[in-house]
Amino acid sequence: MSGATKAGISVTGLSKGFGGTPVLRDIDLTIAPGERVVVIGPSGTGKSTLLRCLNFLDRPDAGTVRVGDLNVDVGTATTAQILALRRRTSFVFQNYALFANRTARDNITEGLITVKGQPKAQARARADAILSEIGLADRGDAYPSALSGGQQQRVGIGRAMALDADLMLFDEPTSALDPEWVGEVLDLMRRVAGRGQTMLIVTHEMQFAREIADRIVFMDGGRIVEQGPPADLLGNPQDPRTRDFLRRVV
Amino acid sequence: MQPLDLGYMWALLPVLLAYVPLTLFMAAVAMVCALVLAMFLAVERVVRVPVLDWVVRLFISFFRGTPLLVQLFLFYYGLPQVLTFMGGIDGVTATIMGLTLHFAAYMAESIRAAILGVDRSQWEAAQSIGMTRTQVMTRIVLPQAARVAAPTLVNYFIDMIKGTSLAFTLGVTELMGSAQKEAAGSFLYFEAFLVVAAIYWVMVEVLAFGQRHLEVWLNKAVVR
Repeated sequence: MSGATKAGISVTGLSKGFGGTPVLRDIDLTIAPGERVVVIGPSGTGKSTLLRCLNFLDRPDAGTVRVGDLNVDVGTATTAQILALRRRTSFVFQNYALFANRTARDNITEGLITVKGQPKAQARARADAILSEIGLADRGDAYPSALSGGQQQRVGIGRAMALDADLMLFDEPTSALDPEWVGEVLDLMRRVAGRGQTMLIVTHEMQFAREIADRIVFMDGGRIVEQGPPADLLGNPQDPRTRDFLRRVV
Repeated sequence: MQPLDLGYMWALLPVLLAYVPLTLFMAAVAMVCALVLAMFLAVERVVRVPVLDWVVRLFISFFRGTPLLVQLFLFYYGLPQVLTFMGGIDGVTATIMGLTLHFAAYMAESIRAAILGVDRSQWEAAQSIGMTRTQVMTRIVLPQAARVAAPTLVNYFIDMIKGTSLAFTLGVTELMGSAQKEAAGSFLYFEAFLVVAAIYWVMVEVLAFGQRHLEVWLNKAVVR
């Protein structure tokens, strides 16, 4: 990472519905620089939608998203603001979503060249450094179709790392993986966390959540029900819905 | 039945081959113009700009829905009567125009389908790293759509090469027109048109050979 001081993130009053069905209801969430927040909760409860609304992949219906000095109000958000917001956040997808027409290396350089405007040689050097970090130094020229699921997801994380974003968003990054590849992806996420990257992670890997999170947020029915340090939230949940959920998954 | 006059055919060959450049010129210019136009039409059909979408759909509907020959006659004989600035239009230009608009309508639909075939999550991934809509389209989506659409587009190009023979109906002396003239002089219609057919056939086969190489190149990202 660049070592530059990163900005915190805050979300206020975020709401989103699909076809009249509310999915997110008035979400408030603040994440401090370097903090690692894991979101858990039942399926269909708005966890992924929260991440997708944070960078406007899904446009929220109301609310504001603030990253450092960039304050985006849903009601007045301009295209330029949305692009700026996306450039300060990075996203890791459940199904990797690698560019199929680009090699592993070029998946990583793409944002550096087209979005950050870096010269090709510089972007390439950075991509090669990232490829080493994600353990794929020898696979830079491979196209996604030639990589295993675990390798593809590591490239997906590498592509997000290249943006050097204030906040990295992980949308169930291991849910689509065969069990044999889950470990390597979680290991990489631990290394990313170890460098002080601010992270917001949706996952069903409870053991991993307990270990990596500074704070766990439990969502149900489009709302944040309760949140706290892993030991508190997992060890001594206050809300009956949290207790009920944890009984089923742990 | 009379035997084929092979000597006549052999002598006719260079006469007709001299028109191959004109045929390829008309087809190539029309192909490039049609591709560019089709790309815009297809992208518009995908992103659906209000009002413009209606115009584009009408355009595609008309140029797919009427015969190429009718369109050529409209451009060459019809339009100059109502649009005076088109008065000086020559047959070659009218043919290129007709081929362009006619095939752009077809190509737009294949390109549109190919665009929609690109996995939605790749659009989102491109957006998530902060790319503009134009960058997403030109750098991620269209290159992949091109791979899918290429075989169909080459097919349309083959059709265009053969379609240039209609220029003959606009008074252009090209491959077909020249064969017609030669045959009218010699009365050896079968021989003359056989030579014409052979020339078109060889041109198309050469193109098909190029198509296989193009596809190998375009598929390099998906072949293990």
